[in-house]
Amino acid sequence: MKIHIKSGHLIDPKNNIDSKQDVFIAAGKIAGIGKALDGFVANQTIDARGLIVSPGFVDLSARLREPGSEYKATLKSELQAALAGGVTSLACPPDTDPVLDEPGLVEMLKHRAKQLNLAHVYPLGALTRKLEGKLLTEMCELTQAGCVGFSQADNAITDTQILWRAFEYAATFGYTIFLRAEDYYLAQNGVAHDGEIASRLGLKGIPAAAEGLAIASILRIAQETKTKIHLCRLSTAEGVELVRQAKKQGVQVSADVSTQHCHLTDHDIGYFNAYANLKPPLRSARDKAALCQGLKDGTIDAICSDHTPVDDDAKLLPFTEAEAGASALELLLPLTLKWATENKASMFESIAKITSQPASILAISGGDLSVNADADIAIFNPNTEWKVSASQLKSQGKNTPFLGLSMIGKVQYTLLHGQVAYQS
Amino acid sequence: MHNPQLDADGNLKHLLTIEGLPKKILTQILDTAESFVGVAERDIKKVPLLRGKTVCNIFFENSTRTRTTFEIAAKRLSADVINLNVGTSSQSKGETILDTVDNLIAMHADMFVVRHSQSGAVHFIAQHVPDNISVINAGDGRHAHPTQGLLDVFTVRRYKPDMHNLRVALVGDVLHSRVARSEIHALTTLGVPEVRVIAPKTLLPVDVEKLGVHVFHDMKAGLKDVDVVMMLRLQNERMSGALLPSAQEYFKTFGLTQDKLDLAKPDAIVMHPGPMNRGVEIDSSVADGHQSVILPQVTYGIAVRMAVMAILNGGSPSSLRASASEQTGGGA
Repeated sequence: MKIHIKSGHLIDPKNNIDSKQDVFIAAGKIAGIGKALDGFVANQTIDARGLIVSPGFVDLSARLREPGSEYKATLKSELQAALAGGVTSLACPPDTDPVLDEPGLVEMLKHRAKQLNLAHVYPLGALTRKLEGKLLTEMCELTQAGCVGFSQADNAITDTQILWRAFEYAATFGYTIFLRAEDYYLAQNGVAHDGEIASRLGLKGIPAAAEGLAIASILRIAQETKTKIHLCRLSTAEGVELVRQAKKQGVQVSADVSTQHCHLTDHDIGYFNAYANLKPPLRSARDKAALCQGLKDGTIDAICSDHTPVDDDAKLLPFTEAEAGASALELLLPLTLKWATENKASMFESIAKITSQPASILAISGGDLSVNADADIAIFNPNTEWKVSASQLKSQGKNTPFLGLSMIGKVQYTLLHGQVAYQS
Repeated sequence: MHNPQLDADGNLKHLLTIEGLPKKILTQILDTAESFVGVAERDIKKVPLLRGKTVCNIFFENSTRTRTTFEIAAKRLSADVINLNVGTSSQSKGETILDTVDNLIAMHADMFVVRHSQSGAVHFIAQHVPDNISVINAGDGRHAHPTQGLLDVFTVRRYKPDMHNLRVALVGDVLHSRVARSEIHALTTLGVPEVRVIAPKTLLPVDVEKLGVHVFHDMKAGLKDVDVVMMLRLQNERMSGALLPSAQEYFKTFGLTQDKLDLAKPDAIVMHPGPMNRGVEIDSSVADGHQSVILPQVTYGIAVRMAVMAILNGGSPSSLRASASEQTGGGA
């Protein structure tokens, strides 16, 4: 199968390309950029006039809900959602049921994903067994089974001795640890940012300092143990500042933010809108501004969807009892473009945040369109306006705080292994 | 964002929180309540405003006093009343809050009075009832207890009619108190120029001053020259632990005694939403003293709840006042 993507505007941040270039694909790989090899005859030509051609997006966090919560979502439904959103590679956190703490479970997940052939799935293994923060998992075995890093998902390790040991052990083999920083005790039972809104609504708050405290400990231990750390879902201004300083001091740290936190604040809880119940909680306008600025100046390396499909039974509840999380794979592109527009960032910068940057954090191939690389490609119209509706979302989770809102930017084609895997 | 408590014409559709309600509506409720105060003093304590209507008290959290006063209020308006103590049992059986509510909708209730332990639960129910049902919040978590807030300002207004010239102090556990939040919004909306909160830092919510109050941590400074002292209940489980060291120390520092009350204006009134912890937040001699209006609060609570139900049922202020002065034809 040979495909010619014609007359599109190519953005490939890793190779520093931002210009009108044709892309030629043969045998699932990029065969040429700009001009074809001699004798290239396309079986299919995609007219990309007015469209952007980019590497398929790489999402640092998407919950697929398998194994264990197939009533919320399945690999098939969520990987189809990924393709509809232009996402061709994604990392999934280990908080499945059972937890991804055994090589057999990881192998099964990889196998199922491969059979479906819908997008590349890169599991993050559990850092501790059952995510309980007590016993280390078999990290080498898990890596062999396909894990690309280790994570505690939303569970903190409260014992700093164990945290230290886990870091040391992971650093022995050069594994990256992915942590969402939140002090367990300060966050206990909290459901919203501890500020005026939580005070008015009578919601138990999580102080911004809960993130700062945890980041400070993590960075300090990472520095001592020389561990590669990725901080997931920053939510506070102080978190951004701590990462900025750490990077200046040469700590091996990277960070991401979710699309939700780039655009929403605790005001969006409104009258107890359960779709705005997220982890970490939506924070103040000042925090949001610092997150957006942190993305712009490179303190925050990547944007992720933090896709978390939740079924109606778990979401149609009073705010405090509703399960946290938002369905977001299909909004990754438009919300990233919206961040760029609002923060005067270029298309090139914004695409880097969802392609080359996350691929480099995960240390996976993908996120670029080098010659001979896998032809995983997203082709989108940056100007198409569309409205988010439950019926339109391919994900089984319809739980998004953006429901009913207009988005700008829509994926037209997603190519996986050089084949058109999605077409709008 | 559309205020879920108001209909398209700006009339009260549900009563979920005082916050965001216009002064006009609060005044309408208080004025209507005035006309109902007299009903209780008659031989036949009934008016026919809600005849043929069914009011359903749904209590997901236990309550005796609030449920009883709502029941009396509904009955004095000639409504049929169903009490449902859901407690925690039906939810432990797996029934969701919406299942419970759907069942009651199917029984054709006209008005729901709801209490729930979670902030926001009553808003949630209001979003899921059909148009012809009104929902009254009888207390949700730490969020709101609007009829309590209204009856408290009703009491204040009866004793201190010039609301624009008052200093009011709320004392105690503001952090966990839905009553405090509703009182603060009611007082500030009605134009009380100075509302104070007096509490240790562990019992105050973050940014509480943004609700329009002045913060004090010392009873002597906070009570100085106030016209109204509103005490808040301290839950037993909070008396000793990480929020407070002991009930004794709390009483010494933040309990209301006659000594401390003497710093307020000589004609200051003392209020408490009940139930009281005598000797913890308030000294018995103050609770039972001549400045206390704690029992009148209970009496007015019924009139205020009658007013809220009558207005939600669609009565205009003037027609309600006229109806209140008539007696029911008996047998209702």
